Amino acid sequence: MRPLFGFTGGVKPASHKTESNQGGIVVAPLPPVLTVPLRQNAGLASRPLVQAGDRVLKGQAIAGPGGSISVAIHAPTSGTVRGIETHPIPHPSGLLAPCVVIEADGEDRWIERTPVDPYALPVEELRTRLRDAGVVGLGGAAFPSFVKTQHGPTQRIETLILNGAECEPFITCDDLLMRTQAGQILDGAAVLAHIAGAQRIVVGIEDNKPEAVAAMTAAAQRAGLLVEVVAVPTRYPAGGEKQLIRVLTGIEVPFGKLPPDYGVQCFNVATAYATARALLHGEPMISRLVTVTGNVERPGNFEVRIGTPIADLLKLAEPKADTDRNLMGGPMMGFALPTLDAPVIKATNCILAGSKAMFPAPGPEMPCIRCGSCARACPMDLQPFEMYWFSRAKILGKAQEYHLFDCIECGCCTYVCPSRIPLVDYFRFAKSEIRAREKENEAADAARQRYEFRLEREEREKQEKAAKLAAKAAETKAKLAQAGDADDKKALIAAAVARAQEQKAEEKPGVE
Amino acid sequence: MLEALLVMALGSVILGGALGYASVKFRVEGDPLVEKIDAILPQTQCGQCGFPGCKPYAEAIAKGEADINCCPPGGEDGIHKLADLLGREFKPLSGEHGVEKPKSTAVIDENVCIGCTLCIQACPVDAIVGAAKQMHTVVASQCTGCELCLAPCPVNCIDMVPIPETIDNWKWKYPVFAVQKAA
Repeated sequence: MRPLFGFTGGVKPASHKTESNQGGIVVAPLPPVLTVPLRQNAGLASRPLVQAGDRVLKGQAIAGPGGSISVAIHAPTSGTVRGIETHPIPHPSGLLAPCVVIEADGEDRWIERTPVDPYALPVEELRTRLRDAGVVGLGGAAFPSFVKTQHGPTQRIETLILNGAECEPFITCDDLLMRTQAGQILDGAAVLAHIAGAQRIVVGIEDNKPEAVAAMTAAAQRAGLLVEVVAVPTRYPAGGEKQLIRVLTGIEVPFGKLPPDYGVQCFNVATAYATARALLHGEPMISRLVTVTGNVERPGNFEVRIGTPIADLLKLAEPKADTDRNLMGGPMMGFALPTLDAPVIKATNCILAGSKAMFPAPGPEMPCIRCGSCARACPMDLQPFEMYWFSRAKILGKAQEYHLFDCIECGCCTYVCPSRIPLVDYFRFAKSEIRAREKENEAADAARQRYEFRLEREEREKQEKAAKLAAKAAETKAKLAQAGDADDKKALIAAAVARAQEQKAEEKPGVE
Repeated sequence: MLEALLVMALGSVILGGALGYASVKFRVEGDPLVEKIDAILPQTQCGQCGFPGCKPYAEAIAKGEADINCCPPGGEDGIHKLADLLGREFKPLSGEHGVEKPKSTAVIDENVCIGCTLCIQACPVDAIVGAAKQMHTVVASQCTGCELCLAPCPVNCIDMVPIPETIDNWKWKYPVFAVQKAA
């Protein structure tokens, strides 16, 4: 048995898992129109490859990677592209973003799928295939997975950690996936380990999911893989990347470092499953499991095509009449969806319907009493109360000095705060403000450089012009000089004067 | 007695030499204060402050010839930063130099543009491309929104368009809550 370590802080909210993890997985019906946003992964948005009127097959690439940290996007079903339209996407801002809108033809016809033997291909080729299959981390951040399998010259990946902790309350999609697809998950994890060059695979699952632990352990034995399935104590946020690494290996990844600096890399179980589908079956990422729970009559897990309107998905779970808000993600880290028109994207792990009765409005915000509860609850060993003071006062540099950017926005501090201060809201504000200012500074530096270059150029042009004029003047001077020396000139003038006098002399007698 | 004098004299010679060397070796080129002020200024090079660019304004502030509240694009935020840096009192933006506006970029109406190149010559950051009697266009990512191209245009075909809020530049808002009446 692997010795387990702990992480500081954390909270134990009511888990609310049993509402949605009792039934099986329901396959959501295919909607008539699918809206697939071009920005679904962390990093750069994808670049569209189709235009209005194009016929696409299920699994056909409709957008290619838009940069080095970007992946492809695929048609979730066969049909006709209506166009690339701006449409609401699941984002806290409620802003519109470009999406490929596909009218399904109902045939749901696959493009030709080409499964590969991952152990016969070079790893670079496998990474390209992962990228072109649109595989991103399905834990929530949607970071392109192929990037995570690479590591720098000073880094190494020895241990691949499979994250099945699913610590956030209400969410059970990973739980259900582990119960039903344990074999595929481990096959995918083995491929990821092969690509990353890892020798060991450790699966971390919170001990409130005994069925998932049993299924994964059985699958590991069946497959004969060197996989260790470990039940970790249930404590939010045990599923945070750095927290899970610390619990399983005792390694604490410090600020500014990445897990591969310490020989580990972490993937979500659903990402491993998607890898298996992509490489072993040739099926790109076009659907995912989504938990729909909370204030609904029939909570459960649904296999949903990317691009399905969230309103359609929610209807399947029959929201209760008093539902007044819908979150994407769980109650700790999720955000309220400004509109249900937005589609399901790769990062959608849960739709949580809420009501006033379920999530009563917190009382009014009270002043911070410096009790230190937030610091004790912080799983990143930060001092949220200090960061809160400075974020609130907009002294952003100071907030940064207290390692604001180490904050994983898990919400533990907000959860424990006796003064009901929404600390995470302040941190999100401060972070995005700092990022915006950094961008502004970069733009200002670029403008300064361009302005100085322009001044330099103008100066140079002036000098060149002056030099040109000087050269021309010298040239004419030289020409004149060539025409004759000074004496000749005098002689010429004298001759001219003589001619003029002669003329005068000739004219004078005539007049007289 | 003599020893003490010699020790002190030697000490002063060595220290004096070290100081002299340091003053040559670590000589500060230019005024570092100007650089610091220039780093705060928004680099629009718009000249609204009355100086021909951000650097000259920075020099004037450093010399004490100009006030810190003459930069509309820098806004109140910039004035606060300058006040902090220079240890001066904060002053609201002086109205005579203009008002703070939302960040915008210049957009040329390409149907109206006659290709006179006047705007190209006016642009302080070379953000307009085009040639004589050819259509001009603004490279939006380089435009600082200084508005210097508006005045020279003989056909008024340049508009300042505020930068719209998109997913990429969206920011989390400062948390505000409705004040509730005590029950």
